Amino acid sequence: MNGETIFIEGGRVVDPASGTDGIRTVVVRDGRIAEVAERVERPREGRAIDARGKWVVPGLVDLHVHLREPGQEYKETVETGARAAVAGGFTAVCAMPNTVPPNDGVAVTELVLARARAAGLARVYPVGCISKGLKGEELAEYGDLKNAGCVALSDDGKPVMSSALMRRALEYARTFDLPVTVHEEDLGLVGKGVMNEGPAATRLGLKGVPGAAEEVMVLRDIALAELTGGRLHIAHLSSAGSVRAVREAKRRGLRVTAEATPHHLTLSDEDVARSGYDTDFKMNPPLRSAADVRAVREGLADGTIDCIATDHAPHTLVEKDLEFDVAANGIVGLETAFAVCLALVREGALSERRLLEAFTVGPARAFGLPGGTLAKNAPADVAILAPGLEWRCEPAGFKSKCRNSPWKGAMLVGRCTHTLVGGRLVYEHDKVER
Amino acid sequence: MIGRHKHLIGLEPLSREEIVALLQLAVSMKEVLRRPIKKVPTLRGKAVVNLFFEASTRTRTSFETAAKILSADALNWTSSTSSVTKGETLLDTARNIEAMHPDVLVIRHPASGAPQYVAERVGCAVANAGDGAHEHPSQGLLDLFTLAEHFTRVRGKAGVKDVVPDFATIAGKTVTFVGDISHSRVARSDLYGLTKLGARVRFCGPPTMMPLGVETLGATVHHQLREAVEGADAVVMLRIQHERIGDPLIPGTREYSKLWGLNEKKAAEWLTPTCAILHPGPINRGVELSPEVADGPRSVILEQVENGVAVRMAVLYLLAGGAPEQGTSATEGAARP
Repeated sequence: MNGETIFIEGGRVVDPASGTDGIRTVVVRDGRIAEVAERVERPREGRAIDARGKWVVPGLVDLHVHLREPGQEYKETVETGARAAVAGGFTAVCAMPNTVPPNDGVAVTELVLARARAAGLARVYPVGCISKGLKGEELAEYGDLKNAGCVALSDDGKPVMSSALMRRALEYARTFDLPVTVHEEDLGLVGKGVMNEGPAATRLGLKGVPGAAEEVMVLRDIALAELTGGRLHIAHLSSAGSVRAVREAKRRGLRVTAEATPHHLTLSDEDVARSGYDTDFKMNPPLRSAADVRAVREGLADGTIDCIATDHAPHTLVEKDLEFDVAANGIVGLETAFAVCLALVREGALSERRLLEAFTVGPARAFGLPGGTLAKNAPADVAILAPGLEWRCEPAGFKSKCRNSPWKGAMLVGRCTHTLVGGRLVYEHDKVER
Repeated sequence: MIGRHKHLIGLEPLSREEIVALLQLAVSMKEVLRRPIKKVPTLRGKAVVNLFFEASTRTRTSFETAAKILSADALNWTSSTSSVTKGETLLDTARNIEAMHPDVLVIRHPASGAPQYVAERVGCAVANAGDGAHEHPSQGLLDLFTLAEHFTRVRGKAGVKDVVPDFATIAGKTVTFVGDISHSRVARSDLYGLTKLGARVRFCGPPTMMPLGVETLGATVHHQLREAVEGADAVVMLRIQHERIGDPLIPGTREYSKLWGLNEKKAAEWLTPTCAILHPGPINRGVELSPEVADGPRSVILEQVENGVAVRMAVLYLLAGGAPEQGTSATEGAARP
């Protein structure tokens, strides 16, 4: 462990987990938070980071990223994904199992963890498959996956269409207290749809996917969570009906958590139309109507939605520079998430505290991960954010290997300037890049 | 250039004035088409490539004929499969063809947005010959032309066959579209064109064939044929594609024909005496239209085909930039009798 002591001075420390909000000095020693105090004497040899005018927050936690290793290293590796993570202020990311081969056993889990250790950047928590080979037929070996280091289960990219298998997954996962993360879409209702069903799809002549394709599955899985007592986590929730369903499930005390992505919080199907078939606006679930966006924002504000997760999904031009119908779903998100979501605060949709909660303690609690707080003795995972820093989103400068961002060329406000993981400074924003 | 536009992607981006100017040009093109020696040197030395990723007889032949009458070299590049299954991307195909220096690429593609995608990436002009369920602008233009001819005829003396269409006659008219609106690029292009020229548009069909939010585009939605065609000045019957039956948008053609098909009896009882019947083709005889109606006196279906060549001549002329040394008139040339 790094023995260096770092003094993060003069910044506004916001730690929703402990309720701290004020100008403090954060002292990091031996990889842990040693102290958060108003007045701290810094010894001459102590290293200081000047955080004046910035926010000092727990390192952001992302429950949903695709690191593409093993199998699609041309899109991303654990190392480049972790580099993108820390550049965006994320100190912990959960790696989805739809790699090639999928992470349905110890071998892939261990490979991901070994690559993450070697990179020494963000913490990488593997997510194991719900079903062997993501086939939706048999349960994967959850005991092995958990022992190897998986923190949750998911067949992300695909729904679990068999209600019977989903029931058994929620039940069996209880043995290991693992949350089951679900990608909700009824494939029959989706058909050949490629964007949200509605006036924008009608104008573009693209096949639509109704919000109901997600909602029927969310409602089914809430019923199964109630039946089994399992831990259900709804990934990338996108429709107003899903928000209502989760709100009601939580009110009844079910063990249901949910995440929303920066894009479903800020973009709508009208943006697909405005973009003129730009495939960087193609994702699954698709960008929904403006009314859905409002409902997802409200769900995040009132706590129905626990956290923001990026669904960071790197694809190259090979998958993206195509007709809209055939292009791959998904966008990169780690390096833009904070700035994109900070706009919600400026628009009055979200408080600063709620925004940071949804990036830190919210996700950490949903999956039971360490971190997400600046409490004394917590791991020193810290992000320093410049909330007023304006920058142009130039995908060519991304640390991620891929450039598929709908915010390309946009002026964004707010950016991470320093990231510490386990007390080590792993990212410092190059001022020249600005 | 069509007004401010280098390409013809759809009628949605065009202004009323741009559409009318193009249609006016098509009037003189139709005169050329009807000459005994139908050839003008206007586009001599220009190359038009028809790039078709989807089966088409009418539209491809129409563009090809249009190009040849204008003396452009017309080439056909047809692919029965879409780009992905073929292994070459749409962009590579388009760039390869562009390297052969065409002046206009005429593209038909099953994916909505494909012509726009190509237009943004090649140097030559692009004409959309139908993309997915998005737009089919040349069909929209030929329908406007045909409707204006019909309305001008109705306004004038009975029995006059040849008229110069007055495009102002479209304003205030009601045109009903019957069929699978959700999959129809023709309905969309016609809707944009007709509403820009001041007509009212009704869409009719079962709710399974009505795209969500289509009323935001300015059409009224109807599910009963009788109500939809009542008082209409023209009815456009759309083709029912057999693959939609299993989709399942409708239980079968039998009930569809009963509820939304047009036969002689319904036409006689429900349509106004001057109501014209259009169909973009190919017709499923006995499904959406009975043969008696398709071939009957209200039908202007073959006029649509003739006018299709004229408007495509106008489209190619404007996109290829014409030939200034031949004079400023698009239709001037040695072949004038």
